[in-house]
Amino acid sequence: MPVFARAMRGCLISLLALSASAAAEEGPKSADELFEAGLAPVESSVLFETQTVILSGGTVLTAAGDVHPQGFVVLTDGKVSDVGAGAPLAIDGAVLIDTTGKFVTPGLIDTHSHLGVYPSPWARAHSDGNEATKPTTPGVWAEHSFWPQDPGLQRAAAGGVTSLQILPGSANLIGGRGVVLQVVPHRGSRAMRFPGAPETVKMACGENPKRVYGEKGGPSTRMGNLRGQRGAFLDAVAYKATWDEYAEKLEAYREAKAPPAEGVRRKKNAPVPEEPKLPKRDLNKETLVGVLNGDILPQIHCYRADDMLSMLQLADEFDFDVRSFHHAVEAYKIRDILAEREVSVSTWADWWGFKLEAYDGIQENAAMVHDAGGRAIIHSDSSIGIQRLNQEASKAYAAGLRMGLELTEDDAMRWITLNPAWALGIDGEAGSLEKGKRADVVIWDAHPLSVYASAEKVFVQGALVWDATTDNPTWSDFQLGQEVQP
Amino acid sequence: MSRLFIALSLLLTPAAASAACTVLTGGATVYLPEGPKEGVELRLADGRITEVGAKVGATEGDVECAVVDATGMTITAGLVESSSNIGVVEVGAEKATVDSTGDGDGVRAALRVIDAYNPRSTLIPIQRVEGITSAVVKPEGGRIAGQGGWANLAGATQSEAVVKPNIGVWASFGGASRAQGLLQLRELLDDARFLRRKGSAYDSGNSRELAASRLDLMALYPVLDGELPLVVGVNRASDIEALLRLAKEQGILLVLSGGAEAWMVADQLAEANTPVILDPLTFGPGGFDQMHARADNAKLLDEAGVTVVLSSFSSHNARTLKQVAGNAVREGMDHTAAIEAITRGPAQAFGLDDYGKIEAGAVANVVVWSGDPLEIGTAVEQVFISGRSIPLQSRQTELRDRYRTLPGTPVPALPVE
Repeated sequence: MPVFARAMRGCLISLLALSASAAAEEGPKSADELFEAGLAPVESSVLFETQTVILSGGTVLTAAGDVHPQGFVVLTDGKVSDVGAGAPLAIDGAVLIDTTGKFVTPGLIDTHSHLGVYPSPWARAHSDGNEATKPTTPGVWAEHSFWPQDPGLQRAAAGGVTSLQILPGSANLIGGRGVVLQVVPHRGSRAMRFPGAPETVKMACGENPKRVYGEKGGPSTRMGNLRGQRGAFLDAVAYKATWDEYAEKLEAYREAKAPPAEGVRRKKNAPVPEEPKLPKRDLNKETLVGVLNGDILPQIHCYRADDMLSMLQLADEFDFDVRSFHHAVEAYKIRDILAEREVSVSTWADWWGFKLEAYDGIQENAAMVHDAGGRAIIHSDSSIGIQRLNQEASKAYAAGLRMGLELTEDDAMRWITLNPAWALGIDGEAGSLEKGKRADVVIWDAHPLSVYASAEKVFVQGALVWDATTDNPTWSDFQLGQEVQP
Repeated sequence: MSRLFIALSLLLTPAAASAACTVLTGGATVYLPEGPKEGVELRLADGRITEVGAKVGATEGDVECAVVDATGMTITAGLVESSSNIGVVEVGAEKATVDSTGDGDGVRAALRVIDAYNPRSTLIPIQRVEGITSAVVKPEGGRIAGQGGWANLAGATQSEAVVKPNIGVWASFGGASRAQGLLQLRELLDDARFLRRKGSAYDSGNSRELAASRLDLMALYPVLDGELPLVVGVNRASDIEALLRLAKEQGILLVLSGGAEAWMVADQLAEANTPVILDPLTFGPGGFDQMHARADNAKLLDEAGVTVVLSSFSSHNARTLKQVAGNAVREGMDHTAAIEAITRGPAQAFGLDDYGKIEAGAVANVVVWSGDPLEIGTAVEQVFISGRSIPLQSRQTELRDRYRTLPGTPVPALPVE
């Protein structure tokens, strides 16, 4: 997984930069230090105190290859501390939840949501998903549009979704940064960020940008789309060179200024390099440099097979990896290529025909991608669909079985857990029930691939955020006081 | 393989499409008007269900009769999508392929959307292979959008497919203000009455100005007479109250479509005998007119005695109707009632008495399922529309099969002779 390795390296560098920033308070700042300032927390993201909880007796679907017909999961300090078949060891002070007859899965993960940026109820005032003023706006962040009071968030939690990617819309060729959030109530989006998740960027190909800009100066064609994207990356390459040069100079400067390490003697009268001049920052190009460096994961809205191939050409030209194609209703036509390049496919179970580039959508799409060795993902792109991602995966699974593909329930669960976690760069932390991963867990009252299944209890980092067996106070301030008052 | 999907391996071969009659033997579980019953056999002939019983069997002289072994299967009447543009839309965003919407927000009561029905639309096979056998085809837009019709999802010509061109008049209210919308409906109905009384004066030019054209007002006569319902899109409970008042005052039949907050006025709807077409999945709150939408809307209405019609409100994905109904059950609706709400309910709401039921004499729109029709893993094994066995093929199965092995395209070079 080359991209992931690079992305993680990016995170590490950022973390080191952060710790180094105290020492480097004086003098010019590095790009990473400046970047970190844009991500500084205002409020704590620590959410809830958690107890040790043992879920035991029911079927455990791990999405890591194992199904335990009678198994257990132990949640300690926000992590899965144990998972397995049979009965767990007793733990002093732990809360025991009997899951007999029920099903335990990892929390669901949605790679494509506009909750908060196109919140419900629909209102012009809340339409914050498309910065449709220019076709290329990589410098905007979905996080800054996100309204945490969207009532849809709690409904997503009630459907078993524990993390999601909020994306800008698809009006723009490069629409801005997405953000990976935990599905928890909070006062602001920053504190909802999934800790450690890499940054992402939304791009779009095909009909939408040319429809939006066709009469506003373009692009008005697919070739215009590509010119717009290539042009933006060309600019980013030049910008990157400026900053790379600055980084080199800064390193030499800091080395010269730092006190020499013990036992190291500096030459007398060694020339001290000049303080490097900070280049002018450009938020648009900064995002694209993150893509070029492999730190920001591209999430590309694209329907047709040939359009996806054009995007892969773009990626090759500028040497970056596409992390996930979104919607991708024709992925089945190029599933060999997508599998070989490790590009994941975020798609619906059955949407098609609402526009021409969606005309060839088939229900077997996800299953065929999976069968070819690719990473299939069922996404929602809908405040309604996100409430039942399990059913959507089930439809895609049923279609695959019906055409004779060999699939397991674990495969189908991965399409809404581990594979989306990979697409968002959080599969080391979430997406499956494995020791050491986050305790993002759902208890279902029936088999999650059944239409009759509901999420009964939902845990995020070991904290119970939804419980269908009791009254759940509304998360949303907006919903307060709306009830019927006779 | 999962327990849920075990029935998939029991694929049947479609009955001969040309057979004059079909006997479904083996004693399947059949959803009859009185409820599901095991061990029932059916005989379909001349487009109708001719026999329903424990042992129907093929009789002497039945050499033309195809026999389908439905052992272990479940049989229901074909599903009906009650709110669609099937046949009048091909690609949503391509205007040239969309015939459901008239221009502007005017009054087009005389418009019959079914005149534009294309029986060759690719949407039709895509829905019917998943058990949808009929669709309500409705017009869109305007204060009065026009007349909707009822089509069977089979047949190569309009005359074969269209069962009834006018089953209701579709209207909306809202716009500049809810009150103004309601006033406009009232004025139109009043002017229709006026025109009917003073038709000759109108024809000779001795009439006051009317709120709509002659044809549009005349198209409202069946509504005034209670022969056709006014189908109104509405979600807010207080709007439903206002409409019920209008219907009572005007003496007309209503069918409500949307009904997100209908549960709040369930008793009034039951008393007025007003059916509600709703999607139990659409609770958001998607808009300010559905702040009190609930997932168990269908259950609450059904229990209050309202005729509930479940709908996907979709054309390309009308096939999700069974999932829609399954979710109503998940939220507490009675399972048999949910199946009724996608079969007999729509037929009742629109006065198509021969549809939506498994009963001798009913139109032979019949679906054979591998198991619970509302469960996601259940497969459609056989579909009969007007007694004809429908091939389980569509543009989408052809795309799938072309790309079963890659590269799919380009297709191989032609053989050189």
